[in-house]
Amino acid sequence: FYLTPPQVNSILKANEYSFKVPEFDGKNVSSVLGFDSNQLPANAPIEDRRSAATCLQTRGMLLGVFDGHAGCACAQAVSERLFYYIAVSLLPHETLLEIENAVESGRALLPILQWHKHPNDYFSKEASKLYFNSLRTYWQELIDLNSGETTDVREALINAFKRLDNDISLEAQVGDPNSFLNYLVLRVAFSGSTACVAHVDGVDLHVANTGDSRAMLGVQEEDGSWSAVNLSYDHNAQNEHEVERVKMEHPKSEEKSLVKQDRLLGLLMPFRAFGDVKFKWSIELQKRVVESGPDQLNDNEYTKFIPPNYHTPPYLTAEPEVIHHKLRPQDKFLVLATDGLWETMHRQDVARIVGEYLTGVHHQQPIAVGGYKVTLGQMHGLLTERRAKISSVFEDQNAATHLIRHAVGNNEFGTVDHERLSKMLSLPEELARMYRDDITIIVVQFNSHVIGAY
Amino acid sequence: AAGMFLRLLSDVQWRAAHPKWRRMTSSQRRTSTTAEPPPLSLPAQAQVVICGGGIMGTSVAYHLSKMGWKDIVLLEQGRLAAGTTRFCAGIVSTARPVSIELKMAHYSNKLYQQLEQETGVQTGYMKTGSISLAQTQDRLISLKRIASSLNVMGIPCEIISPKKALQLHPLINIHDLVGAMYVPEDALVSSANVSLALATAASRNGVQIHERTTVSHVTIQKGRVTGVETDRGRIQCEYFVNCAGQWAYELGHSGEEPVHIPLHACEHFYLLTHPLQEPLSSSLPTVIDPDGRIYIRNWQGGILSGGFEKNPKPLFTEGRNQLEIQNLQEDWDHFGPLLSALLRRMPGVEALQIMQLVNCPESFTPDMRCIMGESPTAQGYFVLAGMNSAGISYGGGAGKYLAEWIVNGYPSENVWPLDLKRFGTLQSSRTFLRHRVMEVMPLMYDLKVPRWDFQTGRQLRTSPLYDRLDAQGARWMEKHGFERVKYFVPPGNDLLDLDHSKTFYKPDWFDIVGSEVKCCKEAVSVIDMSSFTKFEISSTGDQALESLQYLFSNDLDVPVGHVVHTGMLNEKGGYENDCSIARLSKRSFFMISPTDQQVHCWAWLKNRLPDDSNLVLEDVTWKYTALNLIGPRAVDVLSELSYAPMTAEHFPSLFCKEMSVGYANGIRVMSITHTGEPGFVLYIPIEYALHVYNEVMNMGQKYGIRNAGYYALRSLRIEKFFAFWGQDLDAFTTPMECGREFQVKLDKGMEFLGQEVLLEQKQNGVYKRFTMFILEDHDTDMDLWPWWGEPIFRNGRYVGKTTSSAYSYTLERHVCLGFVHHFDEKTGEELVVTTDFINQGEYEIDIAGQRFQAKAKLYPFSSLFTQRRRKDEVELSGYQRE
Repeated sequence: FYLTPPQVNSILKANEYSFKVPEFDGKNVSSVLGFDSNQLPANAPIEDRRSAATCLQTRGMLLGVFDGHAGCACAQAVSERLFYYIAVSLLPHETLLEIENAVESGRALLPILQWHKHPNDYFSKEASKLYFNSLRTYWQELIDLNSGETTDVREALINAFKRLDNDISLEAQVGDPNSFLNYLVLRVAFSGSTACVAHVDGVDLHVANTGDSRAMLGVQEEDGSWSAVNLSYDHNAQNEHEVERVKMEHPKSEEKSLVKQDRLLGLLMPFRAFGDVKFKWSIELQKRVVESGPDQLNDNEYTKFIPPNYHTPPYLTAEPEVIHHKLRPQDKFLVLATDGLWETMHRQDVARIVGEYLTGVHHQQPIAVGGYKVTLGQMHGLLTERRAKISSVFEDQNAATHLIRHAVGNNEFGTVDHERLSKMLSLPEELARMYRDDITIIVVQFNSHVIGAY
Repeated sequence: AAGMFLRLLSDVQWRAAHPKWRRMTSSQRRTSTTAEPPPLSLPAQAQVVICGGGIMGTSVAYHLSKMGWKDIVLLEQGRLAAGTTRFCAGIVSTARPVSIELKMAHYSNKLYQQLEQETGVQTGYMKTGSISLAQTQDRLISLKRIASSLNVMGIPCEIISPKKALQLHPLINIHDLVGAMYVPEDALVSSANVSLALATAASRNGVQIHERTTVSHVTIQKGRVTGVETDRGRIQCEYFVNCAGQWAYELGHSGEEPVHIPLHACEHFYLLTHPLQEPLSSSLPTVIDPDGRIYIRNWQGGILSGGFEKNPKPLFTEGRNQLEIQNLQEDWDHFGPLLSALLRRMPGVEALQIMQLVNCPESFTPDMRCIMGESPTAQGYFVLAGMNSAGISYGGGAGKYLAEWIVNGYPSENVWPLDLKRFGTLQSSRTFLRHRVMEVMPLMYDLKVPRWDFQTGRQLRTSPLYDRLDAQGARWMEKHGFERVKYFVPPGNDLLDLDHSKTFYKPDWFDIVGSEVKCCKEAVSVIDMSSFTKFEISSTGDQALESLQYLFSNDLDVPVGHVVHTGMLNEKGGYENDCSIARLSKRSFFMISPTDQQVHCWAWLKNRLPDDSNLVLEDVTWKYTALNLIGPRAVDVLSELSYAPMTAEHFPSLFCKEMSVGYANGIRVMSITHTGEPGFVLYIPIEYALHVYNEVMNMGQKYGIRNAGYYALRSLRIEKFFAFWGQDLDAFTTPMECGREFQVKLDKGMEFLGQEVLLEQKQNGVYKRFTMFILEDHDTDMDLWPWWGEPIFRNGRYVGKTTSSAYSYTLERHVCLGFVHHFDEKTGEELVVTTDFINQGEYEIDIAGQRFQAKAKLYPFSSLFTQRRRKDEVELSGYQRE
């Protein structure tokens, strides 16, 4: 059985979201024109999360993708909380004071973030009070620490990442009288999530990455062609520097057991992550928390399981690597995506497909007969399909959707094969994860005119 | 794959031929067997410099050297035959709708056939024949028309059934065909090798060939070519020939004085396949499927198939850029529809393996005809380019005509349809060209029906009345960039849309034009004739008169205020222009000529008028709006508007006077109408145009005035046997041959151009005679309409072709005009055509293979001249009894 093209489209478009930065006086003064985002689940429920928000008390826009593992709790928490931590880290002392005073006196709070959310992107109501209290503690500390220096974005990002991970860990250790919340904070801490977050303010683009999601800049060359520039490093076994780092942080005796089968301690793919306290806490702490925790936690084989060769925790950190990039007019867009995309597509293809989509040049990659043995009949069939495809390309109103269509449906000629796309999307839940991963994509489009005017 | 392909098309002969001209040009360079022999130095001067080593350049060099000119240098920026010529599909096809193109292709075919024997260079010539397929009845009609004209030229050609087509080519799917045309002598060649063979022969005849030499610009002084600047130095020359193909436009614009060569390149695609399992025979005919927009030829046991798609891709609009020809992308998606058409036509080739999709830019021109001839602004600057992808078919013939043109001053055939001077600077805008060629390229295979108008590049030149007329239902055609009204669609009357109105039969505007004609006959009509070319020639003394007396055949020394119809003849007595000249004063003349004469006539006069600052030639076309008031009541309208008596006693025919019309003064009124009907043409300074038009229309109301268009004018002039230059008259037709001796003053007391020939013809008779034919058994509603170019048969033998035709609403018959020759029955030699010869024959006109009886007349029906209406009615009934 096959899904018809309209069915395929309704699946692909279920989670798509677009945001256009509003214009003032007919002019767009922001370096960001807007963004398109989308996600396609393979896990049920999906373990990826995405966030986007505009900072209201400072300038700039925040966008991030979060790839959860061992459940979606941690990715969900990070997607709700991380941007607040970053925004707070960026706030000047006076603003922090103002906010604290407002809270203290019960006045209305200055809004910190304007979220750009798809209806499916939910925030946990139950935990909001808990999360808020943790955040308030953080800014109170920042007020106390007032260094008087202007906030460096890089430092703010690093601090926010570390602080949130620390709070996640603490909340789990402390627990909560509310049993639902108590279970929630434990699930958050015992599951994990990567994070790849971009902060765009004028021509300053910072990307903070923890884990194996990736940020990529789409650059249009003078001849009109597209190339890709990486703005993050994957934190996994393929990254020699990461392997080195992990080995440096632990005694030589553990060298052999640290990375096995390209996984941390033979278990975890990303080498940096939020949550995952099983790779951070001491064995004693883990046992204590699990034993005193709710029954659900106790019954869970995974949480009770202690990683082998677990001698000198922590093995895992949430500290991001931050890359700063000064945007140039030729930098047309930024793609943030979880590894579900990068496993299936080369970044060069991503740059081209998105670039051509955004510039409206729907040139598909030209077919070259080259060394292939192609008959007239085969070519005819291929061209007929491509013509059908072109019409589907125009159906996509969203660059991220367009990219997902390619990621899932591309054939060996680099064109979307409807049959393949239909098969991939109609896989039963239990099989889907074997053929593909959750894919979450945000495509941020830059305003070259504004950037060029800087 | 590209490398292999290039090797295959321009194969080893190239190398074999190469040393030959090296040796010819320099005997010291025998040892130069290395890949890059040091280039020979350029000569400091030469009689002729040809730029471009493709099929055109080498063909011109070949023919010039054949005609005995030796001092010729051919420059090629890259390698010989390495541009469009190399990529050309190599199909020599004679099936061309335009007669001169047909002649060129026919000559090319004969030339290529013997070229290998002549030069020793293998040209790959193979007489395969070609089959043009018709999927519709209309297509079949157009093929039949071509077949008729091929047959009378002695070129074998047959209309065949689909089954016969299948026998000729076993791979064709014939299920959707209604018929086909088979031209057995069409051929295939390797175009690059043909070009190399021509170069080899030329170089043996003394032509110097220099490759890797780029012409930067041509120097022109005092309107004459003086030399050529190249990247390897300067060559002084008398003649320059621009054969730069798709770069011809740019080269024309590179000098200080631009030469406008309106052409623009489009990408052109064809695919090559590997051989079939059982390789296709190399003698298998070429298949042309215009309804599928494709052609298919056998190629190395496989096929070569390309076409002319609906959505062409123009390129190099901004001039040459980094894209080298070789780097052009194959675009399969673009080729998709053509591939579908190919597989539909030949399902059997589905399993054939693709070798390559070749992208080869071709240059196209604004009217789908090639460009040749001399620049109107620079004497000695010749052009041969813009082949509309038929370069190999035209190459031989075009080169021959251009060589004749350079050597003799004129070619041996009428090439006006191809003359560079049919264009002006107005067709030279890149935007115009880009848009127009996008229309022209698909037209290559579109159905060509009578009275077709281009849709792009319109509304460029317009009359000040354009909007007024448009609002009244005007439908427009374009001539030389000028919008002219075809007819006015009355309110509430809808015509078919463009695509559906295409027909070879009675058109949908038949009744509309009929009523316009009726109004011209019975009341009065207004036709905006502003597009006509208008010159003023004046001098301080008698220079103007003297010069004009020499350049024109009629006597212009007439009283002031008289209008003279006269030909502007060449040395051979042929019409270079046919015009009306009004003597405005003793020393100034006002000259009206056809619209497309603007460039040609200007150049002709400029080159022949004495270089005298006291003699002024001015183009005033843009200064005047011309309103033609046609009909018996024109007199009344005009006299009421001007308070002046306009009757024949006061304002005789062929008279010109400046007068006031309405409030406007200084209107030149001439008692001519270009139709033979009574009436006037008003030449109105443009700022008064709207006023005068309004006055005329208001005043005319009570006389039943209405607007009319050119189709009405055409019908009127053809039924009156009025010849039009460019349609009926050309540089090879003398006044004696078209019954216009009365417009020639052989004894005007001074010599004039063409006089000798005319005297000779007067004495010895003419070899062709302009004749009017009235179709007898032709059913206007049911039968195919004549157009022009239909063969004329006298007593069953071919005697000539028609040049124009129209339905006469007065005679209620079709009228064709054309030339009758007298070919000796045995030798085919041309004999003198006498009045008796014309009158004593039984005539038939061949319309797409169907012959209709026709009555020949050498003089118009006097009955049609309304002045003598009463008497004529008798004559007309007499005609009907005949």
